[in-house]
Amino acid sequence: MNILSDKYTTVKPEDVTIWFKAAPVTAFPKDGGACVKYKDLQIAVFNFKRLNTWYACQNLSPEKQEMVLSRGMIGDHKGIPMVACPLHKKIFSLENGENLNGDLEAIATYPVKIENDFVYVGFSE
Amino acid sequence: MKTIIVVGNGMVGYKFCEKFVTKEGSEKFKVIVFGEEPRPAYDRVHLSEFFENQDAKALEMAPAKWYAENNIDLIVDERVTDIHKASKKITTAKDRELSYDYLVLATGSSAFVPPIKGVEKEGVFVYRTIEDLEGMLAYAAKLKQTNPNAKAAVLGGGLLGLEAGKAVMDMGLEPHIVEFAPKLMPRQLDSRSSQVLQLKLESIGLNIHLSKATNQILGDKAITGMEFGEDDVLDVEMLIISAGIRPRDELAKTSGLEMGVRGGIVVDNKMQTSDPNIYAIGEIALYNQMIYGLVAPGYDMAGVAVDQILGENKSVMAEEIDMSTKLKLIGVDVASFGEPFMPAAKGHSIIFENKTQHLYKRINVSLDGKKLLGGILVGDATDYSMLHQIYLNGMAIPEDPAQLILPATEGGGSFGDVMDLPDEAQICSCENVTKGQICGTIESGESKDLADVVSCTKAGTGCGGCKPMVKDLTEATLKSLGIEVKDTVCEHFDLNRQDLYKIIQVKGYKTFDEVLDNHGNGGHGCELCKPVVASLMASINADTANKEYAIQDSNDRFLANIQRNGTYSVVPRVPGGEITPDKLIALGEIAKKYDLYTKVTGGVRIDLFGATLNQLPLIWKDLIGHGFESGHAYGKSLRTVKTCVGSTWCRYGMDESVSFGIELENRYRGIRAPHKIKGGVSGCIRECAEARGKDFGLIAVEGGWNLYLGGNGGATPRHAELFAEQIDNKTVIKYIDRYLMLYMRTAKPLQRTAAWQERLEGGLDYLKEVIIEDKLGIAEDLENEMQTLVNKFECEWTQAINDPEMMKRFNHFVNSEEEDDNLVFVPLREQKMPEKWV
Ligand code: SRM
Ligand SMILES: Cc1cc2nc3c(=O)[nH]c(=O)nc-3n(C[C@H](O)[C@H](O)[C@H](O)COP(=O)(O)OP(=O)(O)OC[C@H]3O[C@@H](n4cnc5c(N)ncnc54)[C@H](O)[C@@H]3O)c2cc1C
Ligand code: SF4
Ligand code: FES
Repeated sequence: MNILSDKYTTVKPEDVTIWFKAAPVTAFPKDGGACVKYKDLQIAVFNFKRLNTWYACQNLSPEKQEMVLSRGMIGDHKGIPMVACPLHKKIFSLENGENLNGDLEAIATYPVKIENDFVYVGFSE
Repeated sequence: MKTIIVVGNGMVGYKFCEKFVTKEGSEKFKVIVFGEEPRPAYDRVHLSEFFENQDAKALEMAPAKWYAENNIDLIVDERVTDIHKASKKITTAKDRELSYDYLVLATGSSAFVPPIKGVEKEGVFVYRTIEDLEGMLAYAAKLKQTNPNAKAAVLGGGLLGLEAGKAVMDMGLEPHIVEFAPKLMPRQLDSRSSQVLQLKLESIGLNIHLSKATNQILGDKAITGMEFGEDDVLDVEMLIISAGIRPRDELAKTSGLEMGVRGGIVVDNKMQTSDPNIYAIGEIALYNQMIYGLVAPGYDMAGVAVDQILGENKSVMAEEIDMSTKLKLIGVDVASFGEPFMPAAKGHSIIFENKTQHLYKRINVSLDGKKLLGGILVGDATDYSMLHQIYLNGMAIPEDPAQLILPATEGGGSFGDVMDLPDEAQICSCENVTKGQICGTIESGESKDLADVVSCTKAGTGCGGCKPMVKDLTEATLKSLGIEVKDTVCEHFDLNRQDLYKIIQVKGYKTFDEVLDNHGNGGHGCELCKPVVASLMASINADTANKEYAIQDSNDRFLANIQRNGTYSVVPRVPGGEITPDKLIALGEIAKKYDLYTKVTGGVRIDLFGATLNQLPLIWKDLIGHGFESGHAYGKSLRTVKTCVGSTWCRYGMDESVSFGIELENRYRGIRAPHKIKGGVSGCIRECAEARGKDFGLIAVEGGWNLYLGGNGGATPRHAELFAEQIDNKTVIKYIDRYLMLYMRTAKPLQRTAAWQERLEGGLDYLKEVIIEDKLGIAEDLENEMQTLVNKFECEWTQAINDPEMMKRFNHFVNSEEEDDNLVFVPLREQKMPEKWV
């Protein structure tokens, strides 16, 4: 049924085989996100400045299969870093992708690293 | 390890699993569930909601992964075909053979199809599963293509039949209900209440046919009509049969379990069948010689079976089962509880009827006048929860029981406070949650708000009928503990919007982080508090949404309205609705250039839909080049000031409504408020601008303008109230300045002026004292604050396209110029629209 979401699977830091050089740090808003294209994938990358941490997840909202998550607001829900989908405000943990205010399937998350002011997203192929 | 096989993954089969896994000792069992339907259990009670959004997932009781996480093997799309009692084995339609220690039958029931000639014809449906509904939707859509006025009938005027009737109506077909009995909902209503209900249903467009026995279904291949008598025919092109249910007891028949004469598997109060290793629960179980076609008794049965299997022998099914019900049709209140029809020998009935208002209330009271035995409510069921509780708990009733149902204006209606209920009172009958449990979870500190109560107790997660009561109880308990029920903006602040307004104004904060770090709870903000702070910064400092775009709500972030598929719509301002032909042409040219779907809005301006993120700045460059500016259709800010043509052209016009409308729209444009603001100006009392449906409205009269405040369309429409009469333009502006500013200072987040004004202590009189008489001595401040905002106005789109830094955000990808490759548009008349959501 969800052909689109089948393309996205969580990558654990230890499983990364490719660090994709995405864009300079300055391309991402402070405490907000932007979308990175990698092959035919759309990855939402967030600069969680308040935690000094970067997160990445699929750009696809699992509820309606639209490419929008990078445009959502981020913050925390009971201490868990999260992103809120801009369409219906379903919220997802940035740490493990879990849907925190419903029972949608979890979204895929990806490791991020910063080197020489560049943002890299980790994939495993 | 012992094995439990559950046959049937419906609502009750699922509830068995849910209750089982939370119990101690359950880890010693392996649970395997077979479901014949192609998906995991879903909420059949709310099946009709599928018509609204066709979202099967939204109805799921739990996602497939829940079963795996709880160590349950769920096998869907596979029917169990045989039980071999002696060897304790089952086989399935896919030839799987499995052994069990306990077998739980939860096979539910299917719709009963009476043996009428022709029922097998195309276009005849039953109403039980998601697949049934999908079939109906497809058939109805096909019908409407050839005949937009197609008719459909529902066979059966019971609880379910009426729900199906409403569904037919929502599908856009002409709805007919055909009932064999001389009254509607024969099991729940007496004939007088049925008549009142019939009037009500007819007034919303349902056609009712009572005392009709259907002889045959007409038509060649597909249904074309129903024949009752010789010359009594109803032409319909679709039929939904809702004539009762039949237990799915095939398995019992072939395996020799004891059954009732009219079907169903006989169980005792432990839910055990004639074979002690086999239990039956839900709509398949015949308990007290009854099949209970409701979900609450099924859930209780599931609980009993769980306890019995785990060795808690004392847990048994109650002797008497409450069959009270409430119809869930929007706009039609019907409920019955306890004994709705009562023989005169057992008690007295008190009846209140008002046919013109489609109102009927009946309560049955014991002979000594002390106990409530049952009742019926049609037209207004707001008292249902309370009456039902009084009945269930045998609570004392007022000396004059009529008070329980008299309209509130006559001193009645207010009897009974939720806190008066005994602790054992069952508030949520679906999940079997008592008042004591709800209050207890708050008193113990486990729950701090309504959301906690719901997640800790599960109250309100079944049919949802008890939600208002759960909310009242939660608030009353919190209050009794001295905990203020605070309207804080979210978990990150212990402050409400009004507090934050004052803090930001006094301290002069300029960024979200400053506010959060100094006044937050140590978290990082969320989708609730960020837009509130963004809006406050705008109301106080005249910041545009460009300043800190990552804290803006979905629409403000990109200065456009996000649409279903993640593209945007563009609405330039057309003040007062006045537009030159050249500008109109420019709009058309630009829409054509970017292939945008174009439509005149309900706010009488022009909306261009389907712009991608990358296109937005290009479109705006063109629009601005032609003299347009942002219409703020995306902001919680002024939308339109709708005008009629007024004395400029109209033969009745008393004043120039267009000129004044334009002046007002240009004055308040761009100002951010707790919610959107709309205005209207009509040139005379004929009111063509619908000014009284707006937050502020003006009507020209002899000697000046009448000013109306606090109107609203939307879900809760409200006419604006007359605030001042025959005032001149200058006074109008003075009053609106003061009014809007007061609203911006004190309203809750996302509260329109209508709701704010309604809840304002002192109401309209208070507003007049503050705004006209300046009782608080703040009128000048309010005007000055407003004037500052007016002076600082800047078109945020012009600001954005002139600043390369700000422009960066309008790229779909940070590392590519490409656009979103996920977008699919389909043709619509001569334009296009996004592909439908699945
Ligand atoms: C475009 C338009 C429908 C149309 O095609 O005609 C529209 C579209 C939306 N309306 Fe509306 N409303 C539109 C006129 C109205 C009107 C009619 C009017 O303004 O005279 C009303 C009733 C009057 C009123 O507001 O009191 C109206 C009452 C609502 C409400 C209910 C507000 C309430 O107080 O209950 C909402 C929901 C909300 O804002 O929370 C809403 C929300 C929406 C949203 C913003 C829903 C959303 O969040 O996406 C829709 C945005 C679609 C988009 O991208 O433009 N819309 N909406 C109309 C735009 C008018 C304009 O030129 O700006
Ligand atoms: C439209 C509608 C509205 C309703 N509204 C209300 C309401 O407002 N209030 C209320 O209390 N009740 C309402 N009900 C009734 C309520 O839905 C039922 O009481 C409840 O679903 C019964 O649950 P169950 O698990 O016993 O049966 P079901 O939900 O029917 O589940 C039984 C499941 O077992 C499967 N099955 C059957 N045989 C086999 C087999 N041999 N092998 C494997 N699987 C099998 C079936 O396919 C089905 O999925 C409504 C019902 C409908 C259809
Ligand atoms: S009424 Fe308004 S919000 Fe609802 S669908 Fe129409 S435009 Fe959208
Ligand atoms: S599409 Fe993302 S929450 Fe609805």
